[in-house]
Amino acid sequence: MTRVHDMGGRFGDGAITPEADGIPRLGDWQARALALTLATGSLGQWNIDVSRHARERLSPADYGRFSYFEKWIAALADLLVETGVLTEEDLRGGGAAGVHPLAGRAMKAEAVAGVLARGGPADRPSNVAARFEVGQAVRTLRPAANRLVDGGHTRLPAYAAGARGRIVLKHGSHVLPDSSAHRLGEAPEPLYAVAFPASELWADPEAPGDEVVLDLWQSYLEPA
Amino acid sequence: MPHDHHDHPHSLLPPDPALRVKALETILTRKGLIDPAALDEIIDTYQNRIGPQNGARVVARAWADPAFKAALLADPMPLLTKLGYYGRQGEHMVVVENTPETHNMVVCTLCSCYPWPLLGIPPGWYKSDAYRSRAVREPRKVLAEFGVVLPEGTAVRVWDSTAEIRYLVLPMRPEGSEGLDEEALAALVTRDSMIGTGLARVPA
Repeated sequence: MTRVHDMGGRFGDGAITPEADGIPRLGDWQARALALTLATGSLGQWNIDVSRHARERLSPADYGRFSYFEKWIAALADLLVETGVLTEEDLRGGGAAGVHPLAGRAMKAEAVAGVLARGGPADRPSNVAARFEVGQAVRTLRPAANRLVDGGHTRLPAYAAGARGRIVLKHGSHVLPDSSAHRLGEAPEPLYAVAFPASELWADPEAPGDEVVLDLWQSYLEPA
Repeated sequence: MPHDHHDHPHSLLPPDPALRVKALETILTRKGLIDPAALDEIIDTYQNRIGPQNGARVVARAWADPAFKAALLADPMPLLTKLGYYGRQGEHMVVVENTPETHNMVVCTLCSCYPWPLLGIPPGWYKSDAYRSRAVREPRKVLAEFGVVLPEGTAVRVWDSTAEIRYLVLPMRPEGSEGLDEEALAALVTRDSMIGTGLARVPA
């Protein structure tokens, strides 16, 4: 039901290589890919959920073989064509010349600091009443899947589907990615941090008292 | 509709990543859709200005000032905004405190969500399949690969960043740091200690 990006708990990935402290240094094209992705956000043709889903929709073969910023740049090219900003002919190098109708929205150097500082908050007023209180036992839906769009974007990882946990934080109401990623509206609803004992998630947990906490929307949860 | 394609448009660009990025930048520049100077500015911001030194200042102040620490744990956004650390990927921060009883550690299994205004861009390992897949299932083995072995009796709490909430770990103040000022304390705070894959440095 889920996609290749949903890898929490997977076996077989090998060791992790720590890096020196401080700001990570990017290679030239990686830095360019990062900046292109951030700058094209100002064209206003997608939101963060649409953009995440574009990366997740890369074919499993591409997702597996692409490095991090190769995923970003491939998803950006796909989004630019899907939204009609560019044509396939443009990507082939033969598109129309001249200034684009959206050129007025291009991010200028002097606007960068302001755009990054403003961010994009995801909390919204909502008329969906909170069903759960801190301390309450809940169970996640199973399977982990978008209930609005078959194969669509969701933020309930497969490893936490059908698991019993308890509410540890109430985050207010946030945009629902399952809706927003498909341009079906922001559909804000209550968001909670939910703690799950490791023994609820894994066949062979490392230690009995360990926990994993996930941020989960109210519609992912039922009382337990 | 999830818009799955069998022929993704990206395959029309050159396959080599450096050439691919260059090609897309050239197309977008020619049409006036991006300003290359804005790209330079974004890169300068995340390579030279915004980084873990921001988070380290917050942690150092929390160690030095109990009232600041209490407010930071209760509701960090007013304090972080005042310090100039509000921004993209840090709109909804929660600070979680390490104690002798609980060690906190942060991951994003579904992508690579990370608190950019406080820590800058994420290191490569944070975005790796190995960290994303293993941190939730075997955090203690992952910690050992960073050289961290927790004392008996410390529980691990892993925060999987599945929404727009971003988590910053407040590491334990190291022994031997009594009497240090905030600047000296900040020098003990590593990036990894604020992700939870490291501990703060012990003063030399």
